[in-house]
Amino acid sequence: MSAIYILWLRQLKRYARSRPRIIASLGQPLLFLVALGFGFGPIFQRAGQGNYIQFLAPGVIGMTILFTAIFSGIELIWDRQFGFLKETLVAPVPRILIMIGRTLGGATVAMIQGLIVVLICLAAGFRVTNFQAIPVAIVFMALVAIMFTALGTAIASVLSDFQGFQLVMNFLVMPIFFLSGALFPLAGLPRLLNFIASIDPLSYGVDGLRSALIGVGHFGIPLDLAVLTVVAAVLLSTGSYLFSKIQL
Amino acid sequence: MIEVRNLVKKYGDFTAVSDISFKVEEGEIFAFLGPNGAGKTTTIKILTTLLKPTSGSVALDGLDPSAEHHEARKRFGIVFQDPSLDDELTAYENMDFHGVLYKVPRKVRAERIEALLTLFELWDRRNDPVKQFSGGMKRRLEIARGLLHTPRIVFLDEPTLGLDPQTRNQLWTHVKKLNEEERVTVFMTTHYMEEAERVAHRIAIIDHGKIVAQGSAQQLKEQTGADSLEQAFLKLTGSTIRTEEATGLDQMRNMARMFRSRGRG
Repeated sequence: MSAIYILWLRQLKRYARSRPRIIASLGQPLLFLVALGFGFGPIFQRAGQGNYIQFLAPGVIGMTILFTAIFSGIELIWDRQFGFLKETLVAPVPRILIMIGRTLGGATVAMIQGLIVVLICLAAGFRVTNFQAIPVAIVFMALVAIMFTALGTAIASVLSDFQGFQLVMNFLVMPIFFLSGALFPLAGLPRLLNFIASIDPLSYGVDGLRSALIGVGHFGIPLDLAVLTVVAAVLLSTGSYLFSKIQL
Repeated sequence: MIEVRNLVKKYGDFTAVSDISFKVEEGEIFAFLGPNGAGKTTTIKILTTLLKPTSGSVALDGLDPSAEHHEARKRFGIVFQDPSLDDELTAYENMDFHGVLYKVPRKVRAERIEALLTLFELWDRRNDPVKQFSGGMKRRLEIARGLLHTPRIVFLDEPTLGLDPQTRNQLWTHVKKLNEEERVTVFMTTHYMEEAERVAHRIAIIDHGKIVAQGSAQQLKEQTGADSLEQAFLKLTGSTIRTEEATGLDQMRNMARMFRSRGRG
């Protein structure tokens, strides 16, 4: 237990001390919100879909959590390259606890980033319509954060340096974001895109957030919760397994 | 304290460690010397549970590191060849992190951290982030950390690499003192022969994965008819230079160094 706590605490301290990173990582959601939110707003409105900022904000929150979580997981490569991983791996602590501590730490950081972006969205004109559902929204944020930190850890357990990182960004993280329905409604999509969006776990995260915060959903909260829980469990187990196989 | 019998480690066709056997007694300082790529670090990784041997047996205080790794890990402390501190954390936090992982009780932890940081002359800098430390300070911190959970065996893998003579001298003085006062068994590697000669009770020389000679510095010199340990070493291992390819790790380090110096400039 104390091992999980100290690993969690370490992730948080590292986050709190890297102010440039915090600011840099908020630039992207801000850009999406301004460029897409205000840029496509009038067209979205004319198409009869209502306020685009309202629609987009949960997507941008989901994006922030996705990116921060994956990065937190992939930070493992950094730890491996700069040796700190060895310090944790020779300690008399089961690897599963190390993996859990890291993942919870990374997920907490991703949640904090997500909450900061919620504030930015509010400043940009986003309005929560259902305040009772805020705890539900938090649960969705946590699930998305845990799921993608575990995915990042799983990836980092097999990559030994940063050379494969660009590949992961372009062929995994970017598609997960762009094809998730974070930016557009899932109703009435071409069949292929619809299929891809329905196997993209982020779709369910963003949909859950949207249902909770503004009461507009595609899959419905029960299905969103079920899918996210299962995928998070699978990714956590896969991540733990791959992490336990690391040899230095 | 350490007993290795017929240890073999192969990576595919390449044999990194080829049938080596040796023994380290309790309270002894044992130096493991060899050219680059001879198999020193591989052996240390096997002894410290980070790698599984291909064949052969290893006993660490009577425990098998590959089967009873959990128990074995409590018995040793290690200072790796590469740095293994968290640069973003302070010296104290790095120590505390280690203490928690090794389940050192809170009160004992605070006392030992203070004692060790004082011993290694880092107590005044305990609240500074490690990234502001010099190479020598980082090394000292790593050794202090490796001793925090009062291990019975300490592994030092080239602990003086890149340090100036003052720091090296001070470091070995500490190591000797610890060995004498707390009877900690020390297993060390180094490229500086005079260091091995000065501190080690016994020396084993490994080359191409095989142990080519074992004994005290005096014995090795007599055996080879050399005046110094360095000469004995060169006679035993030849004078050809060993090439090691730069790994991804080295390349990353260079990159990080570049970024840092830019940031400063």
